Amino acid sequence: MSPIVQGILTIIIGVGGCIGYFYASNILLDRVIFPPKTDDQGRNIRRATMVRPWLFLLPAILALGLYLVYPVVGSFLRSLYNRSGNEFVGFGNYVQMFAEHGFRVALFNNFLWVVFVPAGATFFGLLVAQLTDRLKWGNIAKSLIFMPMAISFVGASLIWKFVYAADPDIGIINAIRDYFGAAPVDPMQIPFWNNFFIMFIMVWMQTGFAMVILSAALRGIPEETIEAAIIDGANPFQIFFRIKVPQIAGTIVVVWTTITFLTLKVFDIVYTMTGGNFDTEILPSYMMDYMFRDDGRATAVAFVIMVIVTPVMIWNIRQARREL
Amino acid sequence: MDNIAGKKSGLSIVTNLSVLVLVVLWLIPTIGLLVSSFRDRDQISETGWWLALFPVEQAVRITPEMGDVTQEGDLYVVSGNVFGADGSGSVAAFGITSRDPGAAEAGQTYGRLKLEVLDEEGEPDTENYETAWPVDGTPEIPETDEDGRAVQSYTIDRALTMQPNGDYVWRQASEPRRAPALYVVSTQPPDFGLQNYETILTSNNMDQAFINTLTVTIPATVIPILIAAFAAYALAWMDFPGRGWLVAIVVGLLVVPLQLALVPMLTLHNEIGIGQSFLGIWLAHTGFGLPLAVYILRNYMVGLPRDIIESAKVDGATDFQVFTRIVLPLSFPALASFAIFQFLWTWNDLLVAKVFLPSNSESWVMTVKIADDLLGSRGGDWGILAAAAFVSIAVPLLVFFAMQKYLVRGLLAGSVK
Repeated sequence: MSPIVQGILTIIIGVGGCIGYFYASNILLDRVIFPPKTDDQGRNIRRATMVRPWLFLLPAILALGLYLVYPVVGSFLRSLYNRSGNEFVGFGNYVQMFAEHGFRVALFNNFLWVVFVPAGATFFGLLVAQLTDRLKWGNIAKSLIFMPMAISFVGASLIWKFVYAADPDIGIINAIRDYFGAAPVDPMQIPFWNNFFIMFIMVWMQTGFAMVILSAALRGIPEETIEAAIIDGANPFQIFFRIKVPQIAGTIVVVWTTITFLTLKVFDIVYTMTGGNFDTEILPSYMMDYMFRDDGRATAVAFVIMVIVTPVMIWNIRQARREL
Repeated sequence: MDNIAGKKSGLSIVTNLSVLVLVVLWLIPTIGLLVSSFRDRDQISETGWWLALFPVEQAVRITPEMGDVTQEGDLYVVSGNVFGADGSGSVAAFGITSRDPGAAEAGQTYGRLKLEVLDEEGEPDTENYETAWPVDGTPEIPETDEDGRAVQSYTIDRALTMQPNGDYVWRQASEPRRAPALYVVSTQPPDFGLQNYETILTSNNMDQAFINTLTVTIPATVIPILIAAFAAYALAWMDFPGRGWLVAIVVGLLVVPLQLALVPMLTLHNEIGIGQSFLGIWLAHTGFGLPLAVYILRNYMVGLPRDIIESAKVDGATDFQVFTRIVLPLSFPALASFAIFQFLWTWNDLLVAKVFLPSNSESWVMTVKIADDLLGSRGGDWGILAAAAFVSIAVPLLVFFAMQKYLVRGLLAGSVK
């Protein structure tokens, strides 16, 4: 069966199945299990009301439990076994991994990513949001800077491969160097700094996200506070740093953490740009090196990523609990 | 605010300029790729895309039609015009080997000579020597060769005279059996076209990859929306013990790294017989997309006016009816924004596709095709790569510009409340 037909069938079965499930289960609940008969009408309606939310939630809970909760446990357990999964090795995978140079490079690079990518994207995002705030063509400018968000990481990497190409007739950076008489270089092979060239691709993509959210936050600042500052003789920089930034600090934190999480998931850019060569590996791409080859090691790396995000996850959950 | 005192016009110019600079910087990489995707493959490697509108000096190998061969002394002579009888063009430089296609300027003769040399012991030897000389002149011969051997005399092995208009005269010591290969550096007009797109779509399985991407994306976008909408309604408008905790768990699951799920879920898929297949990737994308879907939809539904929903319930509507007749239609903006997110995410995904789809070339989606196949096999073929990249990002860009309003709204719903 061709994938297209299969896809159409899946949509029909999936959508039809979902609607059918919700419809049938509600009818079943109301007419068969707890029918509002005259003798115990009140009790049955109360019972049906107690059960119904779980009918609505069931498919979501199943999918979330299976695809996101179970893997946390499943991955951890798998990481305690060896390559082929038949021998319990305790924390052997972790011990071996931390002793390895490649892993420590990936860990260090990932640290750089987590520090500089959110910082860079938030900085440029805030800059553009502030600069376009009162601009006539601000929306067009924002739309264009936002655009890389729609591009895949693979596509973006290709776009930047053109920019970074070592041939001065292809890569614009080397063309500029060539114009000033400097010898062409391959930015992907400059030790240490190549990480930053790769990171900039991510910054380029995420700036639009930061900009959209920070721009909305800037619009939400009460005008009186700014007017008062102007009357008191504050210059534009003071207004920005002393009045505006403190008022949107909460949003800046949200943007920062969101980009941080994304950064911990993205293996595509490193994979496409260097394949992890020249000491540019990060944890997600390091994990993919072992995927299909050594599941014990791969799950161990995944669990390290999980441990890194856990503190922020707990903080997120507490924030959410407080707001309810 | 514009009327407030203290606004300086100088600052306004600086602001406009810096935004312009940023926008240009942000656009340049993409424009470079777009321009390159329409350029001729050979021209891409000759000049940068920023010179795409200017003529390109390009080396081409020309094998002219074999005309009449005449004899001129010891030499056989073929002549004609490299651009053909009625073609036109201008030759900047020319050569006789692919090693150095622009060895001599037009209007000169360039040839390979056989030098007769005597080495230190007085033994005669011959060696090849290439040089250019004026059309009416004779080649200048060095007194000694590179090894310091004395040059006695020379004969012409082959020589090419080329005029700027393309007229050439080819002389050769042996009788030519087939037409000589001439190398000409000529100025070509900019060559734009859809050749790269044609190549990539017809001969590289990219069309199959495009269809595969579409096949992955649409069910993976539609199904989670439906499941999430019901769950979001329950979390927003139904009262039951543990609701707060469920919302908190969903928020927590938002940040669980995808990587954790890869090994256990692939193992599970293999055990229950789904294996690596389209069904597997649809299920996986559904699971991974749900937290964000539930989160965005619940946040939106909570904000719907309470009176509408309560009055419907007073009128005897069941929860199912309230959901399908009132809440779902009113939640259209949130549904749309999640749909765009999920569409962009699944369309652009490489990781899930690499793990949950079979690794044979018939099942490759475009991202896998580009990253694992084209970058390796066509690594230096920038025209093809650029066209492939644009085929893969065209649809998301269209969706992006058409539905930007909903995308922005969804981002805001997910981040600031």
